[in-house]
Amino acid sequence: MGLEEKLPSGILLTTVEKLANWARSSSLWPATFGLACCAIEMMATGAGRYDLARFGMEVFRASPRQADLMIVAGRVSQKMAPVLRQIYDQMPEPKWVLSMGVCASSGGMFNNYAIVQGVDHVVPVDMYLPGCPPRPEMLLDAILKLHEKIKADPLGANRERSLAPGRPQPELIASSIRYGAQQ
Amino acid sequence: MLDSVKGFGITFGTMFKKVNTESYPEDKRPTAPRYHGRHLLNRHPDGLEKCIGCELCAWACPADAIYVEGGDNTEEARYSPGERYGAVYQINYLRCIFCGLCIEACPTRSLTMTNDYELADDSRHDLIYTKDMLLAPLAPGMEQPPHPMRLGTVQDYYAGAGNVTATVPGDPATDGGGGRA
Repeated sequence: MGLEEKLPSGILLTTVEKLANWARSSSLWPATFGLACCAIEMMATGAGRYDLARFGMEVFRASPRQADLMIVAGRVSQKMAPVLRQIYDQMPEPKWVLSMGVCASSGGMFNNYAIVQGVDHVVPVDMYLPGCPPRPEMLLDAILKLHEKIKADPLGANRERSLAPGRPQPELIASSIRYGAQQ
Repeated sequence: MLDSVKGFGITFGTMFKKVNTESYPEDKRPTAPRYHGRHLLNRHPDGLEKCIGCELCAWACPADAIYVEGGDNTEEARYSPGERYGAVYQINYLRCIFCGLCIEACPTRSLTMTNDYELADDSRHDLIYTKDMLLAPLAPGMEQPPHPMRLGTVQDYYAGAGNVTATVPGDPATDGGGGRA
């Protein structure tokens, strides 16, 4: 990714790793990729009532060079797939993809020749979010779970080891339980 | 001249208004009682499953998200009253659009929806929910199937006293919200 990849692993790096991951997860700028109705819920999440700014994510970047997270909101048609891939390739590392809604995640109810059956055919997806469309709380939950994943993401030499199959993964707990709302 | 200052008055006044923002993960507001959330496979009051493996939910599903395989009940291994039970039951949450047509199709009120919506996961495989994830937990007085029919004959289950919806305490979906979806 950058300079931190060249660092040797060790005690020093664990602290750097924590700092880097904290910074990355605390200001994760999403790229605007609203394709269909899910984008309406995505906009609602960014607006006053749910307020993504609480998590340092209020700026939806129209330019992929300034974005870290691509929220694929809506169904991806076969014609849109190369565009999606290009936007993803233009984003600087480290980058993450959140597949919002069932259409982006698996094609949903559009099981036909026009729709890509899941954006993971085109780009690697870090978080799948079901729902048609997911309510803003569901998107917030997915984003917070992604934050937990980013915080547990190792750097440098440790990263290669962690990407091996069968690696231990952070447990994904429902956000309302993790953050202490007992309802 | 004064009009330009007037505009700041609105900004100033807003500071004293009630904040509109919900603090979601810390303070989870309840959904509408009939919100279409994650599914739940209900049980009879004695713990037998209500699902009879008829596949009507799978046929009703517009997104082909449900997969059911029926199995035969025997006297040695009984999972539901009557002849058949759902041996395999899977819902693919990456296809499910939460429309509730499966709920309307279910003839035994076996399948209902909860208000649970925090479903995001990082693998497609984990989002295919199997029967053990969808079945309602055993309430007090229930017994883990397979076991014989404790409430009498099949007629007793489906007419009268046996037809009370099994409620899970504390679960908003079955505790009143699990009406017609």
